[in-house]
Amino acid sequence: MKIPYYPGCTLNTVSKGFDLSARASARSVGFEMEELAQWNCCGATFPLSPDNLIALSAPAKVLANARKGGEELTTLCSVCYNVLKRTNAVMKGDKEKRSVINGFINEEYDGSLSIIHYLEILRDKVGFDKVKAAVKKPLTGLKTGAYYGCMLLRPFEDRGIDDSERPVIFEDMLKAVGAEPVEFPNKIECCGAHLAMSNTGLVTKLSGNVMTSAADNGAEIIVTSCPLCQYNLEQSQTALASATGDYKPMPIIYFTQLLGLALGQPVETLGFEKNVWDAMPLLKKKGLA
Amino acid sequence: MPRIGVFVCQCGNNIAATVDTKKVAEEMLKLPGVVYTCDYKFMCSSPGQEMLKQTIKDNKLDSIIVAACSPHMHEKTFRKAGEAAGLNPYRVEITNIREQCSWVHHDKTRAVGTVKSTDLTRMTLERLKRNQPLNKIKIPIKKRALVIGGGIAGIQAALDIAEGGIEVVLVEREPSIGGNMARLSETFPTMDCSQCILTPKMVEAELNENIKLYTYSEVEKVDGYIGNFTVQIRKKARYVDEDRCTGCGECIEKCPFNAESKFELGLAKRKIIYTPFPQSVPNIPVIDAPNCPKIQKDKCGACAVVCGPKCIDFKQEDKIVTEEFGAIIVATGYDLMPNERFGEYGYGRIKDVINGMQFERLASSSGPTGGEIRRPSDGKVPQSIVFIQCVGSRDEQKGVSYCSKVCCMYTAKHTMLYNHKVHGGKSYVFYMDIRCAGKRYEEFVRRAIEHDGAMYLRGRVSRVYEKDGRIIVQGADTLSNSQVEIEADMVVMATALVSRPGADSLAQKLGIGYDKYKFYNEYHPKLRPVETVTAGIFLAGTCMGPMDIPDSVAQGSATASKVLALFSANEMTREPITALVNKVTCNACWDCVTACPYSAIERDAVKNRQGEVVRLLAKVNEGVCQGCGVCVAACRSKSIDLKGYTDEQVFAALAAF
Amino acid sequence: MKIRLSGADIDGPRVKHIERVTGEDLKHCYQCGKCSAGCPVSYLMEVPPSRVMRLLQLGRVDDVEAANTMWVCVGCVQCYARCPKGCSVASVLEGMRQIQLRKGTGPTLIKDIPIPFLRKAPQQALVCGFRKFVG
Ligand SMILES: Cc1cc2nc3c(=O)[nH]c(=O)nc-3n(C[C@H](O)[C@H](O)[C@H](O)COP(=O)(O)OP(=O)(O)OC[C@H]3O[C@@H](n4cnc5c(N)ncnc54)[C@H](O)[C@@H]3O)c2cc1C
Ligand code: SF4
Ligand code: SF4
Ligand code: SF4
Ligand code: SF4
Repeated sequence: MKIPYYPGCTLNTVSKGFDLSARASARSVGFEMEELAQWNCCGATFPLSPDNLIALSAPAKVLANARKGGEELTTLCSVCYNVLKRTNAVMKGDKEKRSVINGFINEEYDGSLSIIHYLEILRDKVGFDKVKAAVKKPLTGLKTGAYYGCMLLRPFEDRGIDDSERPVIFEDMLKAVGAEPVEFPNKIECCGAHLAMSNTGLVTKLSGNVMTSAADNGAEIIVTSCPLCQYNLEQSQTALASATGDYKPMPIIYFTQLLGLALGQPVETLGFEKNVWDAMPLLKKKGLA
Repeated sequence: MPRIGVFVCQCGNNIAATVDTKKVAEEMLKLPGVVYTCDYKFMCSSPGQEMLKQTIKDNKLDSIIVAACSPHMHEKTFRKAGEAAGLNPYRVEITNIREQCSWVHHDKTRAVGTVKSTDLTRMTLERLKRNQPLNKIKIPIKKRALVIGGGIAGIQAALDIAEGGIEVVLVEREPSIGGNMARLSETFPTMDCSQCILTPKMVEAELNENIKLYTYSEVEKVDGYIGNFTVQIRKKARYVDEDRCTGCGECIEKCPFNAESKFELGLAKRKIIYTPFPQSVPNIPVIDAPNCPKIQKDKCGACAVVCGPKCIDFKQEDKIVTEEFGAIIVATGYDLMPNERFGEYGYGRIKDVINGMQFERLASSSGPTGGEIRRPSDGKVPQSIVFIQCVGSRDEQKGVSYCSKVCCMYTAKHTMLYNHKVHGGKSYVFYMDIRCAGKRYEEFVRRAIEHDGAMYLRGRVSRVYEKDGRIIVQGADTLSNSQVEIEADMVVMATALVSRPGADSLAQKLGIGYDKYKFYNEYHPKLRPVETVTAGIFLAGTCMGPMDIPDSVAQGSATASKVLALFSANEMTREPITALVNKVTCNACWDCVTACPYSAIERDAVKNRQGEVVRLLAKVNEGVCQGCGVCVAACRSKSIDLKGYTDEQVFAALAAF
Repeated sequence: MKIRLSGADIDGPRVKHIERVTGEDLKHCYQCGKCSAGCPVSYLMEVPPSRVMRLLQLGRVDDVEAANTMWVCVGCVQCYARCPKGCSVASVLEGMRQIQLRKGTGPTLIKDIPIPFLRKAPQQALVCGFRKFVG
């Protein structure tokens, strides 16, 4: 099974580990991610004001290019997923906008692509039982908090990857690889997102809430599927640690890195060295690395 | 040669201002068949009617036209007058020269109005000449009533009808009558105990010799029409012989297995052989077959062993009984919207998030906690409770757009009950508006706030989650313009009242209408609030939409009075304007059957002397036909005519224009 | 606070402009407060989400523009996801930001962005942040 793949700008650079571990894991469970021959940045934000058509032109271009090579498109980053999926809905459902945008990007794209997140492939196409069967190193006893953030789930009109109020897809994946998912209320609350650029204080607060909520419920490690979430959560821990003496920072990694580990990929290929909060001591302690 | 009279009314100046009535009369007299005409100031006045009668007699008229106002106004008046003078009432026709002529023309010279009035009257004349005398249809009435649904509305209807000396069959789906009211603890605004006011009525319904109860039963099929319904009722297998069971309860005691109690809404278990609640009427247990090991795999059978009168019958099957009725009352009530729909409120994940009806069970002295407010999770007494109103109601996105009407009141009631039962407990209520417009209702809510310590917060709740064993409720109070966070031990959601699952299929069986929420439609929301478009079928209670007990009871009584009025005569008379099939030309294509909106056309078999079917024919049931004429238009072989408006009459009228 | 209301403000061109840019019908909001209840930054906003809707219903565009609200909103869409009336405060605030940015009056200048952040941050943060804040 070959599935066309859109990496997006961040996965090609600062989050290379996310990309590499995902590709390798895909191979171990029986599918191939085929990077689009030509792609551009999706714009990293879906315009919430409906008159802002120009902001749709970049993601529409991505979609138009992808459609030339297939009927589906997968991606890893939550933001890319949200932007592409919602743009696709506009291209499919809004004739007038479609015509203006197609004119602008000089394409004829009709919204016929289906956008699927990597997690959805694992759940719906591969099946979590097959993932489970492929596990070489079960992550037994690893208390893992799955952080969904906003963009995988909201808004519900375009139905994200799961129920927006009580999603389980991440936890199901964690169970499949033998880890112990930790339920924490803030798993669907915002990390502060792009306010990282203009209002670090606020981001520290929001991401800090996420981290304390996860820690209070016993998480030892966090997995995410968004480089911006990952960055914000990591940053917030410095402030948290200095503000409260008893807070212990924990590693924040991409879910594919954990998946890759369980599927038996060598730990050095998974890109853990890029993390601010090193995962190795924990993995070693648990006998996983 | 016919002897026709034409009476042209001036209606004071209403007609005369733009129609020269005298001229119309003169013109009409010139036409063949017309032997008498006149115009008159007010035909509908007593002297006018007297004049009409006298003239008919004096001139030996055999039919008349009154050119006056709309037939909706005085057709009845003039037909009566004609009848009094010896005419068949259907030989009296009205030409509408007021609404359809004088009122829409303003030509003061009266030229237009006069010509048009004459044209219209001439058209009526041609139709009238071809009129057959018709006779009112008389239908016998089967004086028995069916009530579907044994909640408070249905019970009230049955009792009132029985009181009037009429036999009633009350069909209830569950093993006991009582409906939702049987679940309630105390009732607003007077706070009487629900069981205490309901059970006497339930027992009365059981003992009244005019009432026959079919519990654990459902309506399977409905045929016929007002006065003459034939209904099939499915009596589901109880596995207990109703006639012999003494209600001793030995079987329940000895049954070794449990299952979730539907009546207690997941808060308690009951035995496999059970009655839903202690005061059930009838007090005859049923066996929950899917969960019974004896029925499923022939293991156990303890109940049969202990039953003295030997009434347990594991082989019992559903029974279909057929009964006849003259009228049907539908009182099938409401359900609550499934809590699961509200993920943000933690339902399903957090055990101590419950709905209002579950709270009623906790507060009820016959409930699973004996009336003590205890959390479902660990049985602890909650020190603070958050009540969330409008859950699913007034929510276009995830619920329904309407207001459920009773939850503002019952939430106030809940805070009072809680305050009375748990001293020092704190209640919070998130509301958007407080809707309590009934008699003594506003005072009731104020009492909850001012005397019973309920903290009302104006805003919705966004999220409910658990933290360190407590429930965190995150809401807003728009009056203080702030986000609010409350640590609570329990959350009670006032979920929307919705129609019963399957309400639509029952409506289809009955031929009554329902709205997009599957609540049944009344004939007219203001003036005919308990009737349906189908004559002889009436509605009571919450099957029509959310309402409280006083309203449900009032409607139950209202339907009873409708039924008693209907049954006060031995026969019903109906207008004879019905469709008639030409037996020679009908080729049984059944287009009319499909077209008829009232299902009034049947497929009739014509048999020879040997009793063999020789051909099929459409046959109009006069009891059901409303005279709408749709079948006439649908029939391709022109085999249907509407009496009083036959094709011949209509074409003749048009040709006369 | 005392507000003088006038039809000219309530149905005025500024409100209409906001409705046009944001695609939202402000009248739909029935002030239940669920958005303010769930917004993760509502308590840091000078005017919380539901009050934004109320002030705009009253034609008080200046009051909303003067507040920090639109620059504090993180665009998490929680308000819209849970609004029982299907209103999107997220879109209203985005539209109001757009109206500022299109005039070139955004609150953030590129030169103000700290260098260490530019070095470390994921690209998507920059792209998105520029779109939301830089005029
Ligand atoms: C939590 C809560 C608290 C309340 N508290 C109060 C209060 O304090 N005071 C007050 O005035 N009101 C109160 N109410 C409202 C009250 O419950 C209703 O007004 C009342 O019960 C309506 O009665 P009903 O007969 O219309 O319907 P139901 O009580 O629903 O009865 C309908 C009956 O029909 C049966 N049925 C359904 N379908 C079929 C079928 N197809 N065939 C045969 N039978 C069928 C059902 O089994 C049921 O027995 C409360 C409501 C709620 C939700
Ligand atoms: S057979 Fe057994 S389980 Fe079934 S009802 Fe009787 S006692 Fe209960
Ligand atoms: S009665 Fe009150 S709580 Fe119930 S839906 Fe209406 S306003 Fe909301
Ligand atoms: S949630 Fe929606 S309806 Fe409620 S206050 Fe906010 S915008 Fe208005
Ligand atoms: S989108 Fe903005 S206003 Fe809406 S909930 Fe998120 S931060 Fe609050």
